[in-house]
Amino acid sequence: MLRIENLRASVDGKEILKGLSLEVPAGEVHAIMGPNGAGKSTLSYVLTGRAGYEVTAGTATLDGEDLLALAPDERAARGVFLSFQYPLEIPGVPALTFLRTALNAQRRARGEAEITAPEFLKLARAKAAALKIDFDMLKRALNVGFSGGEKKRMEILQMAMLSPRFLILDETDSGLDIDALRIVSEGVNALRSPERAMLMITHYQRLLDYIKPDRVHVLAGGRIVASGGPELAHELEREGYERYEAAA
Amino acid sequence: MAAVRQTVEHVQALEKYQHGFSTDIEQDFAPKGLNADIVRFISAKKDEPEWMLQWRLEAFERWLAMDEPSWAKVNFPRIDYQDSYYYAAPRAKAGPKSLDEVDPDILETYKKLGIPLREQEVLAGVEGAPRYAVDAVFDSVSVVTTFKKELAQVGVIFCSMSEAIREHPELVKQYLGSVVPVSDNYFACLNAAVFSDGSFVYVPPGVRCPMELSTYFRINAENSGQFERTLIIADKGAYVSYLEGCTAPMRDENQLHAAVVELVVLDDAEIKYSTVQNWYPGDPETGKGGIYNFVTKRADCRGDRSKVSWTQVETGSAITWKYPSCVLRGEGSSGEFYSIAITNGRQQADTGTKMIHLGANTRSRIISKGISAGKSSNTYRGLVSAHPKAKGARNFTQCDSLLIGKRCAAHTVPYIEARNGQAKFEHEATTTRLSEDQLFYVMQRGLSQEEAVQLLVNGFVKDVLQELPMEFAVEAQKLVAISLEGSVG
Repeated sequence: MLRIENLRASVDGKEILKGLSLEVPAGEVHAIMGPNGAGKSTLSYVLTGRAGYEVTAGTATLDGEDLLALAPDERAARGVFLSFQYPLEIPGVPALTFLRTALNAQRRARGEAEITAPEFLKLARAKAAALKIDFDMLKRALNVGFSGGEKKRMEILQMAMLSPRFLILDETDSGLDIDALRIVSEGVNALRSPERAMLMITHYQRLLDYIKPDRVHVLAGGRIVASGGPELAHELEREGYERYEAAA
Repeated sequence: MAAVRQTVEHVQALEKYQHGFSTDIEQDFAPKGLNADIVRFISAKKDEPEWMLQWRLEAFERWLAMDEPSWAKVNFPRIDYQDSYYYAAPRAKAGPKSLDEVDPDILETYKKLGIPLREQEVLAGVEGAPRYAVDAVFDSVSVVTTFKKELAQVGVIFCSMSEAIREHPELVKQYLGSVVPVSDNYFACLNAAVFSDGSFVYVPPGVRCPMELSTYFRINAENSGQFERTLIIADKGAYVSYLEGCTAPMRDENQLHAAVVELVVLDDAEIKYSTVQNWYPGDPETGKGGIYNFVTKRADCRGDRSKVSWTQVETGSAITWKYPSCVLRGEGSSGEFYSIAITNGRQQADTGTKMIHLGANTRSRIISKGISAGKSSNTYRGLVSAHPKAKGARNFTQCDSLLIGKRCAAHTVPYIEARNGQAKFEHEATTTRLSEDQLFYVMQRGLSQEEAVQLLVNGFVKDVLQELPMEFAVEAQKLVAISLEGSVG
């Protein structure tokens, strides 16, 4: 599904990703772990096309299609979704309006019919209930005055509504208490399917107890320096990143 | 409602300034230039009584002695007042009695603008459909007013100003110039001398006007100024909601629009006045052409517990210079001002309001949303004052500015004067730049850059949009989107 080869990217002229290669097949969940400043968030922004992140070499394809040539909204329409570490507040735009606008924009881009109002409301009610989000909250401006945990739950709700193919979770566990972490994880696990792939970016092993990865990669110094099964995460938890930072 | 849907579709269908066409019709012009004879010509053309002519001539005399003000934060070359036509009217045999007598070309023009007057009349028969009575002003002359008969049944007078001068002279004499005196300011004084038409509304005591009233202004003729004058009187306990819309063709010359709007509100009455202003803004690159929108709008809350609400969506004009104001004279009277002012390209806007608290326990509320894009300049200028007798006066002001891009400017100039110790004024102001973070977030969810800007801007102006009559809010929202096209990237 996702194939990244020898990717190099700079921000403000400073190279952050230095020849990163990674493959995430459909149906799998991969975790990317690494120390601060290793380039984890940069990777998520490069894959989603944020302005200011300049790709200088390498390729990134989704099912063979060149992702890097597409605008952020075109990547979204092809099923790339980023759950933000710090979701943005959108004053004056109710969450429901935001969701419906986004869903219909993606449908239009794919040449599909727009969702009708009753269909949309039914879908939103069901998904919100599953994530234990009070439906009335969706009438408020998106993320404005929401707690950290509520914002993260809203990210997962958006993900569930938009039904993407390739999901990037950037530090989804940060700012969550145990109950919220469980709810969010259940939401993510519900989206696991043979047609989807996920990339989970995290500092800590904790999240991986809830969302079990198929593979774990260590990102340090702008490259993947080690890959392994879930046991690698436990090893990192015990021994830290020092060894890999030195190697990078 | 079909008319509104058509308007919305129309707006969607076109790009940039979509009202830039002109209509080729036969017109009567007064000779170019301005002198006492032109004032007499206009008055004679309109068959006005002697008192009206004298009123105009007196205004003209005073205007000659005045200087053009220069305090606004706007720049424009000196206006040559002798190089303009002060009267342009579609050539017609006599005043049209019904739509059938109106020049089909004019009706076609309004249709292009999304105001299908005929449909409105047809719709009159549809039960439950919202209805709007329309007064259409083409260049200087009111060409048609719909729904007059139905309104007359409940005693509401809705007609052109010329007709009001002829048919209801006692009301006009009593109220004209009583809110905006003849020599109030340079442009209002000029208007008093040469105003050619406009709308007149009188709602009798205790009557709630059964439909929205609206006027569409269209400047068509070249090198002509438009000087309409609107007078609305809500008698004791009356209520009326009124909307004006404005468009003009694209022309390389600047055209002056110096209108005067007077609102008179008696005891327990309420007027809701909404404006969707979309005059031609001039060329976005060179700044050539466009309308100078120098307008005086004022409401006099004469009665106790009277209420006025101004809502404006200002997207057009090369220069907008206006301050819809409330004189809160009656005890417990209240004034509201909700404004969205958008400038793009090389537009300049200096707009805001004045809330003059004269009576005890008067209240006012100001919500202003300024959006600047391109190389434009957007200034909020407002005055809130409490006079010694205005014990317990209260005001809340919120001014938010949004900057899109790096070459635009936003200014906030609030004047606050409290001349008694029991007035309570609050002022909040923010200036923000449309954030890259927000844009990326929204685009990551699937919206194109332009759609993302629209969504964020609509969120920013929501508090004001919801004050507009619902159907017009939809139209205004589209207008906001069009005004900001190409503002990012």
